[in-house]
Amino acid sequence: MNKTYAVSAAPHLHEKISVKSIMWQVAIALLPAVIVSVVFFGYRALLLTMYGIVAAVITEALIQKMRKIPISVSDGSAVVTGMLVAFNINSASPWWLPVIGSVFAIGIGKQVFGGLGHNPFNPALLARAFMVASWPTLTTAGWVKTKLGSINGLSNIPAEWPAIITSATPLGVAKALRDTTMVSSNIANLAMNKLAGTETIMKLFWGNVGGVIGEVSAAALLLGAAYLAYKHIIGWRIPVSYIGTVAVLIYIFGGIDGLFSASLLLPVFHIFAGGLILGAFFMATDMVTSPVTKAGRIYFGIGCGVITVVIRLVGGYPEGVSYSILLMNILVPLINKFTIPKPFGEVKK
Amino acid sequence: MTLKTFLGGVHSHDFKEFSKLSAIEKFPLPKKVVIPLSQHIGAPSKPIVKLGDTVLTGQKISEAGGFVSIPMHASISGKITKIAKFAHPVGNLQMGIEITGDGEDKWIDLVDEENYMSLSIDEMKKRIAEAGVCGMGGAGFPTHVKLSPPTGITIDTVILNGVECEPYLTADYRLMLERAEDIIKGLKIIMKIVNAPKGIIGIEANKPDAIKLIEKMVKKEKGLKVVGLKVKYPQGAEKQLIYATTGRKVPNKGGLPMAVNVVVNNVATSIAVYEAVRYKKPLIERIISVTGHIVKDPKNLEARIGSFYSELLEFCGGTKDDIGKVISGGPMMGFAIPTLETPMTKGSSGLLLFDKKEAQKDVEHTCISCGGCVDVCPLNLIPSIMVNSVRYEDWEMAEKTGVMDCMKCGSCAFVCPSNIKLIQWIDLGKSKIFELRKAEKKA
Repeated sequence: MNKTYAVSAAPHLHEKISVKSIMWQVAIALLPAVIVSVVFFGYRALLLTMYGIVAAVITEALIQKMRKIPISVSDGSAVVTGMLVAFNINSASPWWLPVIGSVFAIGIGKQVFGGLGHNPFNPALLARAFMVASWPTLTTAGWVKTKLGSINGLSNIPAEWPAIITSATPLGVAKALRDTTMVSSNIANLAMNKLAGTETIMKLFWGNVGGVIGEVSAAALLLGAAYLAYKHIIGWRIPVSYIGTVAVLIYIFGGIDGLFSASLLLPVFHIFAGGLILGAFFMATDMVTSPVTKAGRIYFGIGCGVITVVIRLVGGYPEGVSYSILLMNILVPLINKFTIPKPFGEVKK
Repeated sequence: MTLKTFLGGVHSHDFKEFSKLSAIEKFPLPKKVVIPLSQHIGAPSKPIVKLGDTVLTGQKISEAGGFVSIPMHASISGKITKIAKFAHPVGNLQMGIEITGDGEDKWIDLVDEENYMSLSIDEMKKRIAEAGVCGMGGAGFPTHVKLSPPTGITIDTVILNGVECEPYLTADYRLMLERAEDIIKGLKIIMKIVNAPKGIIGIEANKPDAIKLIEKMVKKEKGLKVVGLKVKYPQGAEKQLIYATTGRKVPNKGGLPMAVNVVVNNVATSIAVYEAVRYKKPLIERIISVTGHIVKDPKNLEARIGSFYSELLEFCGGTKDDIGKVISGGPMMGFAIPTLETPMTKGSSGLLLFDKKEAQKDVEHTCISCGGCVDVCPLNLIPSIMVNSVRYEDWEMAEKTGVMDCMKCGSCAFVCPSNIKLIQWIDLGKSKIFELRKAEKKA
């Protein structure tokens, strides 16, 4: 009898890539942001991040054990979720907040739907929405000053400016200036220009302002994003269309005195303030919960941008990144369905 | 030189280092061969010999089973000892004719028509059909059919495929280096048959010496040119090659190159055409790369059709390590075959050996919708949704996302981080939809 060999379908070669390698590289890409938040907020930021990660990993393992399926925590996806959950709270939060957030993210956000690949929503964002709804004072309010600077990056504020300008996060101030009637339009415009001035923007870029752990430094996040882009883990379509849409809409609608009254720096301010960089590069690009078609990714990014701006300018919250992505997550199957491209060589009818 | 290419595709290490420096070597006359009756696309050929018949090398042993079919010829002289089912390089058992050689290699009479270019076009086509020439790049479409476009269709360009984008394989590369003249002669014959003024030879940039050599040879020839192509898989796929060299898009849903006034042939086929027209020499031998890192002495062999893979491997010194997988063809679209006791056919461009580690397939995970397959698909299809639709038997969606357009190049499965066996699912989808269509026609 001749020796026989096992057969399998082609192709017989495979690129050195796996779900595991993708997830761990995302985790690595998030590290610069962790380091910067430790610099600005102290070791508590790191501690809370660790709590988030450990809780996510344990929850995933326990549920998989209950479901009697292979435990896959080594694939790193729970680690990434845990990190992102912690990134969404501020460094003064109690230790149990990231723990509960991570349990929710993995349990309700992911495993209930069948685990990795089946979840319709970004688990970390779902957890953020859950935390904001359950403990509003712990998550959105109560911002901490960074060790080196102010909460909102404003300095040398004239004494006659009301407290509303001095107490909130940068986006909170921007919102208040649009909404309030307590401030004269003269002061409002001055304050807005100061807010969207190069000094504040530089602080936002490097991270020397108040905010949640993960969104503090645009520079650190961009470094991580550049790494992921270099490794072809994230593409340009979602971040560029998302951020581009925000910039354009803010330029058109963001000013206090009606259409096109915004300074050219206001869109820049809006890009670096809040969670847009974190959201556009790390959350909206979540593979499981974003479209697979190339056109779909662009529509998805534009949709996120529109909703973000609507919330920031006319909604009830100063920040709209997380809800915009969650809302667009729901539309992903629909977007995929309507953006199936014409095959190569399709004859026009 | 600016390199042309197509949209999508994947980058892999080309693994050609094992065999690319080995000049073509003649594989000694085998004692026994098996000639499968079907080595091509179309109807299988029909045997015209009986058990016990004596045949000469080059003698026709089976006739074409229709217009889209080719005859087969004895590749050694000897006796017909069996007509039965044998292992076939596509991985199953198929009818074939076994010839036990007399060791003398007594040939039929060949001709040498020095003025072969003045033969009539019909005579040329007849000789090509009689010689059993089919595409030698893999698919094996009968060449005389390709060269007979229906009336009303004009062909302005003949493209020779010297891309050899499958990793590991170097058979076409060696042919271009060692037999460039014959390749060009074949090209001119094809251009004459289809009355095309232009001839293009497409070669991937990882074969710079072949590009240089052939460029030099066609410099003074009117209408001929070499196009250097970017190293990217599947650069040698027919539609991708046509797009890269001419900018024309072959229509999907079964469109043929002739729809955009082009005919594509492999460089090895070009030589077979030349030999058929000038010498009436039937296609009974070809170049095959025997390669892989466990092969002791990887070679490019000129071997008779029907030679056994086991003997080719033995001639290359066997393997240094245990064999994990035997692949007939290249690693991207080739067939894993269960036994080395398989005869090579006219389409056998390579015999690739993997060790146990290379043969190991990782576990399949859930799709994480990364869209990697969408990014690389050269046909602009949506493999991830396609495969899911097949999995859940949503045939309408499977068709909408292109399951019937897929050429199974394997780029999607190559990049899939979840190790999903996309091509297997797509194959299933194709056959199910064929079945459904058949049933619909009946009803």
